[in-house]
Amino acid sequence: MSRYNFAYLDEQTKRMIRRAILKAVAVPGYQVPFGSREMPLSYGWGTGGVQVTASVIGPTDVLKVIDQGADDTTNAVSIRKFFARTTGVATTTRTEEATLIQTRHRIPETPLAPGQIVVFQVPIPEPLRWLEPREAETRKMHALEEYGVMYVRLYEDITRHGRVAQTYEYPVIVNGRYLMRPSPIPKFDNPKLDRSPALMLFGAGREKRIYAVPPWTSVKSLDFDDHPFEVEHWDRPCDLCGARGAFLDELIVDDKGGRLFICSDTDFCARRQAAGDEPAT
Amino acid sequence: MYVAVKGGERAIDQAHRLLAEERRGDPSVPELSLAQIEQQLALAVDRVMTEGSLYDRPLAALAVKQARGDLVEAIFLLRAYRTTLPRLGVSRPLDTGAMVVHRRVSAIFKDLPGGQILGPTFDYTHRLLDFGLAEPCTPGSSATDEGAAGPEADASLPRVMDLLDREGLIESEPAVGDDGRVGDLTREPLSFPAGRDVRLQNLARGDEGFLLAMGYATQRGYGRNHPFAGEIRQGEVSVSLTPEELGFSVEIATITVTECQMVNQFNGSASMPAQFTRGYGLAFGSAERKAMAMALVDRALRGRELGEEATSPTQDEEFVLSHSDSVEASGFVQHLKLPHYVDFQSELVLVRDLRAAHGVTTPR
Repeated sequence: MSRYNFAYLDEQTKRMIRRAILKAVAVPGYQVPFGSREMPLSYGWGTGGVQVTASVIGPTDVLKVIDQGADDTTNAVSIRKFFARTTGVATTTRTEEATLIQTRHRIPETPLAPGQIVVFQVPIPEPLRWLEPREAETRKMHALEEYGVMYVRLYEDITRHGRVAQTYEYPVIVNGRYLMRPSPIPKFDNPKLDRSPALMLFGAGREKRIYAVPPWTSVKSLDFDDHPFEVEHWDRPCDLCGARGAFLDELIVDDKGGRLFICSDTDFCARRQAAGDEPAT
Repeated sequence: MYVAVKGGERAIDQAHRLLAEERRGDPSVPELSLAQIEQQLALAVDRVMTEGSLYDRPLAALAVKQARGDLVEAIFLLRAYRTTLPRLGVSRPLDTGAMVVHRRVSAIFKDLPGGQILGPTFDYTHRLLDFGLAEPCTPGSSATDEGAAGPEADASLPRVMDLLDREGLIESEPAVGDDGRVGDLTREPLSFPAGRDVRLQNLARGDEGFLLAMGYATQRGYGRNHPFAGEIRQGEVSVSLTPEELGFSVEIATITVTECQMVNQFNGSASMPAQFTRGYGLAFGSAERKAMAMALVDRALRGRELGEEATSPTQDEEFVLSHSDSVEASGFVQHLKLPHYVDFQSELVLVRDLRAAHGVTTPR
């Protein structure tokens, strides 16, 4: 790999991406177009996140990569390997040891700390996309802060299902101004975005957009006075570590309806098990 | 323990090993050489270069080999390599009028200066499997030496469009000056409305199958634009560059391209005499189907500039340009096989809750 630059991207490209990141940080929640490059992994596999990580990573960083909350899913392994190989930086699975966390679909259960950067892989950055497919239109709607359609959409859910039926990529307003799609994290993780001590960077490679939530910024999930925002919860604890109040994955263990519910955050779960927190049963 | 995600790293390594094995196939069959691919699968190489946006036959052949003949994968490989290359300069516009022509057909004039040159084409072959090809044939026994003329370098072959232009019958192509900057999608993200330069670049990189379907749809009435194949020419053109420090242009390469100029539906009004309009297609090598489809779609997308009402997706710039790229499309469609357990779990929780509200019980 010595024929490639540190973190694969050339310095000019990194500079271009860093400029986009700076703009994104300056205007929280605003989608900044950038000259996304073809990466040696497929669009949809996290090319946006990889470009953001490649632009901010330095030799002293400690990198953690998760997919679905887990450090050992195939794509997390593959991306971690890519950076280990192209940068030689230290990698970790421990959330609090990482200076840089690239993630797909989750925010770790372990609280984040000041100085940490979380990089999200984003498939569709535009929160209004399912309501208006045209980019030329949605950019105008953002400029005019015309977000009524989103409230109407949530209201329609309430009339149809009795509640808001959006479970992931639940829309948020950042810093009281921009409507933002918090990548497809479950709404369970939305509260972790609000006034987080960590810097949150969102990269969409195929769609060529970067956006950000700077530390300590307000991130409000849309709701109504009579239908306040709620997160999902499970009636049972994690079957491996006994944690309550963590996001659980469901495994089907036989063909007779047998199920196991375990933490989606593998680092959180494994360390609770090691510390002797046993399942309640 | 039921943790299905463990061992991802070993699984990946094994998958790569299996892939390498499958790529090679039966080791008793001789391995393909890049020269064989370049020479005998030349149209695959052409397509990979065109959509990969990189004119390099050996590298495209390597990509085809590495991708096991999956051309969309090969295009991706070439793109991912191309993006790492430094940008040394911008060439001068190609002069396709000065092309050393191998093939040139016009569907709008029976004869014209330079004549019609059929060249190597499938057009009039009978699509009967040639079982003779099943066995290697001895070189030199082919029919090419009799009658088939080589490239007609000396013949004057004016472009059909220039002949029409001289009479004012077709809209003039706006001249791009030497300083005329053209957009580059590989550096700047696409934004709408897009200029024609960027549109053409997008279409040139676009998936042949997608453009073929879009172009076909225009012919069937979805954004019809009454096309005639004014001229299709294929041959070699030289690429030249004017280095700033020299101030004069230097020829740096000769490349083979196929150009298609469509003559389309005329335009005119009370104040403006009627004129035919243009659709343009250009592809590396002999990718003629691609060049023709591109010209149809280019013309369809010029509706705004020509004051036509857009009634079909084929005329909708955002629809066409956002979905033409095979590397993007293939990635996003196929990413659905990556794990989505978290989002699905959220949906499960909700659907079970909604069903419980209806009195249906499911295990929690």
